[in-house]
Amino acid sequence: MKNKVNRELPDDIMAQLAFKPFQTTEIGHPTIQRAAPKLVATTGNDKLKDSLAEIVQATVKDGMTISFHHHFRNGDFVFNMVMRLIIDQGIKNLTLAPSSLTGIMNDLVIEAVEAGTVTNITSSGMRGKLGEFVSGGHLANPVIFRSHGGRARAIEEGSIKIDVAFLGVPNADRLGNANGMNGDAVFGSLGYALMDAQYADKVVLLTDNIVPYPNTPASIKQTQVDYVVKVDQVGDPDKIGSGATRFTTDPKELKIAKTVNEVITKSPYFKEDFSFQTGSGGAALAVTRYLRQSMLDHNIKASFALGGITKPTTDLLKEGLVRKIMDVQDFDRGAAESMHTNANQQEIDASWYADPYNKGAMVDQLDVVILSALEIDTKFNVNVMSGSDGVIRGAIGGHQDAATAKMTIISAPLVRGRLATVVPDVTTVVTPGDSIDVLVTEVGIAINPKRQDLITAFQNLPGIPVFTIEELQQKAATIVGNAHPIEYTDKTVALIEYRDGTIIDAIQQVKD
Amino acid sequence: MAENTERLRRTMMFVPGNNPAMVKDAGIYGADSIMFDLEDAVSLSEKDAARTLIYEALTTVDYGDAELVVRINGLDTPYYENDIKAMVKAKVDVIRLPKTESADMIHTLENLVVAAEKQFGIEVGTIHLMAAIESAKGVLNAPEIAAASERMIGVALSAEDYTTDMKTHRYPDGAELEFARNMVLHAARAAGIAAFDTVFTNMDDPDGFYRETEHIHQLGFDGKSLVNPRQIEMVNKVYEPTQKEIATAKNVITAIAAAKAKGSGVIAMNGQMVDRPVVLRAQRVMRLAKASHLLDEEGNYIEK
Repeated sequence: MKNKVNRELPDDIMAQLAFKPFQTTEIGHPTIQRAAPKLVATTGNDKLKDSLAEIVQATVKDGMTISFHHHFRNGDFVFNMVMRLIIDQGIKNLTLAPSSLTGIMNDLVIEAVEAGTVTNITSSGMRGKLGEFVSGGHLANPVIFRSHGGRARAIEEGSIKIDVAFLGVPNADRLGNANGMNGDAVFGSLGYALMDAQYADKVVLLTDNIVPYPNTPASIKQTQVDYVVKVDQVGDPDKIGSGATRFTTDPKELKIAKTVNEVITKSPYFKEDFSFQTGSGGAALAVTRYLRQSMLDHNIKASFALGGITKPTTDLLKEGLVRKIMDVQDFDRGAAESMHTNANQQEIDASWYADPYNKGAMVDQLDVVILSALEIDTKFNVNVMSGSDGVIRGAIGGHQDAATAKMTIISAPLVRGRLATVVPDVTTVVTPGDSIDVLVTEVGIAINPKRQDLITAFQNLPGIPVFTIEELQQKAATIVGNAHPIEYTDKTVALIEYRDGTIIDAIQQVKD
Repeated sequence: MAENTERLRRTMMFVPGNNPAMVKDAGIYGADSIMFDLEDAVSLSEKDAARTLIYEALTTVDYGDAELVVRINGLDTPYYENDIKAMVKAKVDVIRLPKTESADMIHTLENLVVAAEKQFGIEVGTIHLMAAIESAKGVLNAPEIAAASERMIGVALSAEDYTTDMKTHRYPDGAELEFARNMVLHAARAAGIAAFDTVFTNMDDPDGFYRETEHIHQLGFDGKSLVNPRQIEMVNKVYEPTQKEIATAKNVITAIAAAKAKGSGVIAMNGQMVDRPVVLRAQRVMRLAKASHLLDEEGNYIEK
């Protein structure tokens, strides 16, 4: 069958997994039954444990769904510690359902799949060796990729039923009150992990820092936690964040960032109390710096900044240019430390951030978002998941979710090296073109034809030429030529969920 | 590529001729002129590859309205003649000769350009020339160099070689360049062509860059050679006319139109006669205002 973005989906797998094809970006008002965890009541006096092996043995059984968070990013020690024990204990047929998979987890995921320990995976994304492994067809069942909001939805409606969540934290007391702000391995917001803590049947905290009871502020609460396991080290502080965020000096990135800022400040949304999300990466940080100057020049303050937070954004908070930060994760140490000291930096969970099946998520209130793209096509569909070789090498993150903002800007170079970014058809549709409004490249901008209001608003921006997306695609093709189509086998290695749980695209095994 | 009417040449951005990524992106920064370098930026082993790369870029990449310049290798090198042939065949706007010391060097270059134009069926006179002046001798001969050919569009001072030749080096206040700058500038103005100031290489000293650019703007240079795209908007900022200058210029332009409508040869504004220098300055201010994106489509000043 084909869905509304014209993507061929595998009928047999769709039927088997009872998935529906993607229809629309409109969520509507469905009635949702939320799931609830099953628990064993306790006074909580016997939660503190020394032996992780014993806890793994006591909690994890064949066929279960286990989860982790990725707030430690590439400094994560918890995932490998737990997976090692699970593999060694000979447990089979697990579904792995972390908030995302980072590079440091790759080797053990592959080992777990090869051992039959893990047979299903759902994640925001995967990169490197693991992406190649899955794209090579080595996992029997297709990976289900979900956005951060989509994962929150799936957990809340019970599509992901977590049996055991192993959650690393930089501090916890003996009953499991914990936050992401104190200790050696701080990462700030626990946003993604809060879902697991609230909905998993069994919640196991791992920490290298047991603090006196009661521990506050408690992001994860003692009412949710079954075990607190003391380990040597939960993460490598140097690899958790990007460290000191350096301002890019790449003239092309700066040019794109400047254009993005022009688009924001000349849009109808740039007014007192507007809201925005910028994300991480060199160009995004540069946008934040230009935006700061524009806010000062025009005496405009933002009501909130959303999403993954970096130090340049917390600096705006400190300066009073942003009144609140709604923080689901922190990308650098500066942002994590700011959460500690600034009461206006509110930790939010992934549901509050972006779950579409909600009584109102933050992304629904968002005015402007700047997102990236590996590819964007002439229908404005965006790919952040697979490379031009068809191999999985990305993550949805909050892309689909934040794209519901009133103005969604994709910031991307026209070409990267010898690869076109603006293409006739993206390799994988992750975010539908219907939710994308403006593409900013180094040569100019393209506006989604359905946004006639923005076409009018941006038609005479000084020094910023407006093209049709087809024109930009042709410019890219002139520079790099046209690529040969990728060859795939019939095997589906992954399905991409839209944030509402429908399937927006499938990824096939790449032929050797 | 651009046509060679009276045009703004505030910024001439250097692009190493052996760097495909930079060559590909050179058009996106809004430089008035882009100078692809086959000379000092390219090592001996890459001379042929760079020439081929620039030829392909000139014939395929869209550089918009920018004036396209190629700095070829010098007369005393084995690459000189092939560089000329390839760049003429690519129909580059301007060939820039390094280390120019005499009008004869321009004549030699021009003869080869004529031959190449004939060889590739290009109208004789199409390719323009400019000279980089990099020595004491070149500075002293600047007037004859600037006037050496109808094809000449500009002369540029290259301070690194020049200061070495002068047994000094560059200082923050630029006193060591004062004579050369004025010679090159006067030679250009006397010949009716453009004058380009030398590069400023320290990207970590924006104050010094602004100081130097304001100075050469005051002297009367058309613009400056640049090593980094980030310097483009800095130069443009210095060359940006003020709101008052624009208002005056618009009045002059209006007065010209009024005189023309009346069939009068005398242009009057506020009861005063407007003479030719004022008219020329007004036209240049309006060109700068437009290029600085200070005017809307109807020519009204855009409040920032």
